[in-house]
Amino acid sequence: MERLRSLLRPVTSVPLARHVLVALIALVVAMAVIGSSSQYLQTRYAEMAYFAIAAGGLTLLTGLSGQLSLGHGALMAVGAYAATLVLERAGGETLADVFLALLTAIAVCAVVGVVVGVPAARLHGPYIAGATLTLAVAVPRLANQWEALGGEQGLQVPVPRASELPAWIQDLIWFFTAVEIDQYSFLAYLGWLLLAITFVALANLSRSRVGRRWRAVRDDDVSAELAGIHLGRARVVAFTVSAMCAGLAGGLMAMNVRLTAPGAFTITLSLTLLAAVVLGGLGSLTGALIGAGVLAFLPHFATDLGESLGFSATQAAEVTPVVYGLVLMLVILLAPAGIVGSLRPLLARISSRTSSLGATKEKTP
Amino acid sequence: MQQFLDTTLGGLVLGAVYAAFALALCLIWRSTRIVNFAQAAMAMVTTYIALSLINADVPYWVAFVAALAAGFGLGALIERVIIRPVEGKAELNAVILTLGLFMVLHGLTAITFGVQHRGFPAPVSTNAIEVGDTSIGITPFGILSIVVVAVVMAGLVVLFRFTDLGLRMRASAFNGEVSRLLGVRVGRMLTLGWALAAAVGAVAGMLIAGGDLVNPSFMDPFVIYGFIAAVLGGLDSPLGSVIGGLILGLSLSYVTGYVGEHLAPLVALGILMVVLLVRPSGLFAAAAARRV
Amino acid sequence: MRTTARRAVQAVCVLTTASLLAACGAGKERPSEDGTAVGVTDTTIKVGAHFPLTGPAAPGYSEIPSGHQAFYEYVNDAGGVHGRKIEMVVKDDAYNPTNTSAVTNDMILQDEIFAMVAGLGTPTHRAVVQRLNDDGIPDLFVSSGSLQWGDDPKKSPMTFGWQPDYEIEGKIIGKYVKENMPDAKVGLFLQDDDFGEDGEKGARQFLDSQIVDVQKYTPGGSTDFSPQMSSFKSKGVDLVLGFNTPSYTALSQIAAQGVGFKSKWFYSNVGSDPALVGGLLASMTKGKIPAEQGVKLMDGMMTTEYIPGVDAPEDEWVKLWQKVWDNYSKKGDEKLTNYRIYGMSQAYTFVQALQANGKDLTRESIVETLEKEGGSFEGPGLAPFRFSEDSHMGISGTSVVEIKNGASEPLTPVQVTDIGDAPIEEDDSAASDAPPSSGIPE
Repeated sequence: MERLRSLLRPVTSVPLARHVLVALIALVVAMAVIGSSSQYLQTRYAEMAYFAIAAGGLTLLTGLSGQLSLGHGALMAVGAYAATLVLERAGGETLADVFLALLTAIAVCAVVGVVVGVPAARLHGPYIAGATLTLAVAVPRLANQWEALGGEQGLQVPVPRASELPAWIQDLIWFFTAVEIDQYSFLAYLGWLLLAITFVALANLSRSRVGRRWRAVRDDDVSAELAGIHLGRARVVAFTVSAMCAGLAGGLMAMNVRLTAPGAFTITLSLTLLAAVVLGGLGSLTGALIGAGVLAFLPHFATDLGESLGFSATQAAEVTPVVYGLVLMLVILLAPAGIVGSLRPLLARISSRTSSLGATKEKTP
Repeated sequence: MQQFLDTTLGGLVLGAVYAAFALALCLIWRSTRIVNFAQAAMAMVTTYIALSLINADVPYWVAFVAALAAGFGLGALIERVIIRPVEGKAELNAVILTLGLFMVLHGLTAITFGVQHRGFPAPVSTNAIEVGDTSIGITPFGILSIVVVAVVMAGLVVLFRFTDLGLRMRASAFNGEVSRLLGVRVGRMLTLGWALAAAVGAVAGMLIAGGDLVNPSFMDPFVIYGFIAAVLGGLDSPLGSVIGGLILGLSLSYVTGYVGEHLAPLVALGILMVVLLVRPSGLFAAAAARRV
Repeated sequence: MRTTARRAVQAVCVLTTASLLAACGAGKERPSEDGTAVGVTDTTIKVGAHFPLTGPAAPGYSEIPSGHQAFYEYVNDAGGVHGRKIEMVVKDDAYNPTNTSAVTNDMILQDEIFAMVAGLGTPTHRAVVQRLNDDGIPDLFVSSGSLQWGDDPKKSPMTFGWQPDYEIEGKIIGKYVKENMPDAKVGLFLQDDDFGEDGEKGARQFLDSQIVDVQKYTPGGSTDFSPQMSSFKSKGVDLVLGFNTPSYTALSQIAAQGVGFKSKWFYSNVGSDPALVGGLLASMTKGKIPAEQGVKLMDGMMTTEYIPGVDAPEDEWVKLWQKVWDNYSKKGDEKLTNYRIYGMSQAYTFVQALQANGKDLTRESIVETLEKEGGSFEGPGLAPFRFSEDSHMGISGTSVVEIKNGASEPLTPVQVTDIGDAPIEEDDSAASDAPPSSGIPE
């Protein structure tokens, strides 16, 4: 164990290399899990991936830079519509179309992020909450304004057929999983690949100078300003990065749902994203991943639970938001650090038993 | 011209209800410096309680009073049990807490009462009033709504301006430490503030439900519109909340009537951003500068 | 260093949990398609559909699946179809297209349905048509009158309509208004999607010059239609044609009373059920008024009819539905309604198709059967289906009726037509079809 560690030290001592290493291991495990799952579970994993990307961006914004956003559902809507419009024009059959659509979603959301982030940087507490909540309600309604956005019934999203993917991808997947790639597993692989890339980027960003500035602004804005940090600029950058994540998540969501309509982007979506990051622990990417897992898998279990309690199907469907709401309340009242934050001392104790290295307490992003 | 008149009258009735709702937010803000994002859900719960009573043949006005009482109790309970631990803590905590409460109340109501749309009666006619041959775009129930909101407002003014209790409540909200030293039971005053606010919210719920369909989401627009009306008036000022409510009600009515219903939230967002960025303390707050 | 180890542990924990979840579902591999079709065994056929069990479109429409299930129980008790019992999975989409997409995904991948039967709603079903056709899943008898289910079988070979489409309904309504109320100033009240659009297209063929105002609503949006009714009032509208769902009939009536707008009303069949709308109106207007008085508020409204309903208890079909409902309704379900009759009528057509298909059932064969034989199916519809290789459109005509005391009185005989500029002709030939004595199609 000790030897292995010393062998790996050159890699693990550089943050970027370390993050890439962890991400690669995680990605391989994820691919193996996806490859051996049923199509139904693959759709759940794909859902978990895009929720995790959005939650990752939100946890960075709220946990690191201290800004609350209840408008991430609206930003996902912007990403979803941007991606859908590109896929529609391009045909959406090839892998290139898919990446073009996702890049467009990210780019458009970057612009929207700046536009929203500038005024948002001047607000705090309940004001930014109310303003972003209004954003979450207002933006999806734009679809009813312009014919090109398809109105209430939305736009259909073309998705690439697995048979038209490049041969090397098909071979690669077959080589690793011994299962032919199909549309469902393709979307799950794509989601997790992009999730890994996003998280590496976010982890790196948060350990960089930019991340330190955000933390400084969050912890004490007056001191940060005195130390020469431009408050507004730091906040706008954080909002923009976060919006880009939401855009990518929205684009992936469009492909998975195969429909982009205003009804998908409710207040509830924004609130459940918040629940996910609060549950996992504000500021923690691992927490965001756990929260996203809960979003993707809980509704199924909660509905079953509700039905076994004798509720009708429609009542049982309401168990999920109740759980999310309780999570928000209980975490704030009992464990403000969320799951990861609360487990951290525990994990630290376990690892201090297995290792004699010094115990400098480090903050995980 | 006829349409303009109808739209204006409709906007005034809507504005009166927004005003009541904003007033409730303002009461809570003044006492605990918290924006209660669960206000709409609380009002929805009390409205459902009234509906169950009405369906059990209880007279409308008895059910109305019951809704108020239920709101009062719910407000007090929530302040004591849930809000007390986060009072004076980081702003973010209270915001997330009330949002969680919003989801819980919403879901529990749906589980208890079902999610179907149900008719909610009104105590007086909801047909347009006719003058000679033409009918004007306001109903007896609309007029009643305005009167009820005016009575609630007058009641609150009397309470805060002319009673000892009101004075103690104002003192607790203004400076808890000093009030405590002077023998005011501050905790109790804060609970009373929440209870009163929830009762006012319950009134708004009854007024918006009357003669319409209700379902567990029927108050959702108020989460944002009530907030915007309150911010418009400066959150701190009860009179400002009322004027903010009327301005918002009229604006949204014109937008819906002449442009399209789907743009209403967008216009509301525009109004909110302009107020927050140009005059952050609201249109009617005292001049004291405050960073938002 | 330690952070890395810790983080790797965390990541692995998360993924282990995920794999455990995966293992739970491992028993649910999809069966291969050789031999039998997905969702079909020697003794069962599993179908599914999405309905608005909650939300603004739920009143009325949420009763349709109970009609289906009662009729399937009736057939199952008599031995099923070719020895197979029919099971129907019903999922709630709350009339939100995004939910429709999600629940359809679940029905295909988790419940493994053989076919979608009677999925409801224009904006909702539109979201999944492409998906169902891509996956080769039969998508039969959509509970909506939009043209897109049947006008292009090449694009959607697996999809079939059932009820008269909104365009022919709009045409028949338009022709009636033009001939009988040539001076009426017409206002259109439309759901803001293909439903309203198709209806408007049909009505404009006859009424283009008579239409003075068009107002729309978004399902799930605001429920206050005072602005729309004020607009009608200010434009002098004296006849409103509504292509809307039942709740919105009640809401438009309330809003009209609220702004003092008086008019004749003509609602599309899907939004006109007097019992339901009357009940909603009664509960909303004055409080403790019995539903019968609410029904009175509907008096004088016009609509269309293409299957016999509860107001004709002596009709042979309605007698059959009543018998089935009395014996097979689930506990807690109330009385027979027009929506349950609608569901049973669709279920009848589905059983008819399965019977005609014979024992060897595949996803392709059921489509072929409907294209070849569906046009000659006899059933409760007042006019025949238009099913063929070139058209998957449903019932081909309706009659115009006026509502009096909660019952419909015919204003015209059954009129039959097709989309586009096909002429409108009287044709009562299918109206006299009677059910077989067993009540089960042969």
